[in-house]
Amino acid sequence: MHIVDGALSAPVLIGGGLAAAGGLALGLRSLTLERIPAAGVLSATFFVAALVHVPLGPSSVHLIMNGLAGLVLGWAAFPALFVGLLLQAVFFGFGGVTVLGVNTVTIALPAVLVGLLLRPLVTGPDARLAALAGLAAGALAIVLTAVSVAAVLWLSGDAFIPAAKLVVLAHLPVAAIEGLVCAAAVTLIHRVKPALFGVLHAPARAA
Amino acid sequence: MSHVLGQDGAAGGASPAALPRAPVQALDPRARILGAVAFALVTVALDSLWVLLLPLVLAGVALAASRLPVGPTLKRMAMMDGFILVLLVLLPFTVPGPAAVTLFGWPASWAGLEQAAAIALKANAIVLMLLTLVGSMEPTTLGHALARLRVPLTLVHLLLFTVRYIAVMDAEYHRLRRAMKTRGFRPGTNGHTFRSFGYLIGMLLVRAFDRGERILSAMKCRGFTGHLPLLDSLRFGARDAVFGAALAAGLGLLLTLDTLHAPPV
Repeated sequence: MHIVDGALSAPVLIGGGLAAAGGLALGLRSLTLERIPAAGVLSATFFVAALVHVPLGPSSVHLIMNGLAGLVLGWAAFPALFVGLLLQAVFFGFGGVTVLGVNTVTIALPAVLVGLLLRPLVTGPDARLAALAGLAAGALAIVLTAVSVAAVLWLSGDAFIPAAKLVVLAHLPVAAIEGLVCAAAVTLIHRVKPALFGVLHAPARAA
Repeated sequence: MSHVLGQDGAAGGASPAALPRAPVQALDPRARILGAVAFALVTVALDSLWVLLLPLVLAGVALAASRLPVGPTLKRMAMMDGFILVLLVLLPFTVPGPAAVTLFGWPASWAGLEQAAAIALKANAIVLMLLTLVGSMEPTTLGHALARLRVPLTLVHLLLFTVRYIAVMDAEYHRLRRAMKTRGFRPGTNGHTFRSFGYLIGMLLVRAFDRGERILSAMKCRGFTGHLPLLDSLRFGARDAVFGAALAAGLGLLLTLDTLHAPPV
């Protein structure tokens, strides 16, 4: 869910901008020289994944996959998802300028939290546990994103409360789909290339 | 370079670089980025509904001066409205105030209608200006300009790598989708579809990871030390001064008109 310019109040925009800057600074610290190419290609992949539309009844929803991004990228999900949102805003017109910070926080912070919380489970030997953790990561990240979007709307004015409730409600089916897709993706990565979950997490070596 | 990001996908052929050097494209990329940001900051700060029509006019002037294809650019702007439609439709019914119209027994307030209109005007004007001033650049130029504006280099490098590999990963994605289609895959709302998309995304990530390793080896082999040389040299010129002065005058006028038109509180 992209919020657009003009809807949010100034304190919310400034707070979102500051929080995004802090998250970016933390995320960039984990990106050493060795990791930038891998992070760039993975960031490009998540950008492409967000263009994938999954049918939902007569309509369709596009994937967000921020939970999976958190599992794979850890704190680096913050700059990676920020770059994606920046490109979407500039070249597709999705989102806006003053809301870029808020939009980054609502998408990337859940990703990082989910990654910190559930990554230990997807790197374990048990495939079923990994799939369950993937399901939880995909669904939880979307729920957290929807709740944050609702929260920034609510903080910007009481008139937005019904819209905020609607945002959360509308994201529940999306959360279910993301959970299932993320579970399958984690299952495949767990089987084919478990190292992917560790590539950007291990403490940075001196380059 | 990237048909996913470039304007050519929608515009039918001409990449931004191939466009004739229109007034907007002749400006320094840094001036365009700063201009779009200043425009956005001033526009969200405006209150008066009538004054808010002017930013849209300014964005329209910029669009004309960029010689971007008008139809596809306006279509992109309109696509954004799809996101906020629900929000805008709800507002008149949730903002308290004297009722303007009553729909299915629900009163819609004037105040709510005004607020919804203000958000729509601001959002559209800012997005149109952004698409026109910044979206008309090559994605790589955007990265270089951000680096010159002292955005951290790590972030700029991440942006440049992402821009470079979006087209590659998009091609990879379409190759996998074709393979799935050949095997009779038709997406629907069912578990099989969700699992297949999950495997698809997982496979893309695995391939991206392998590709990342190869890229790093290849770059190290060529002496990559963590610094990408920025080949173009940007220089502010007379045009940029004129653009800056005109924009500053326009934005100053908007703020003045807004103060004059401010509704009595």
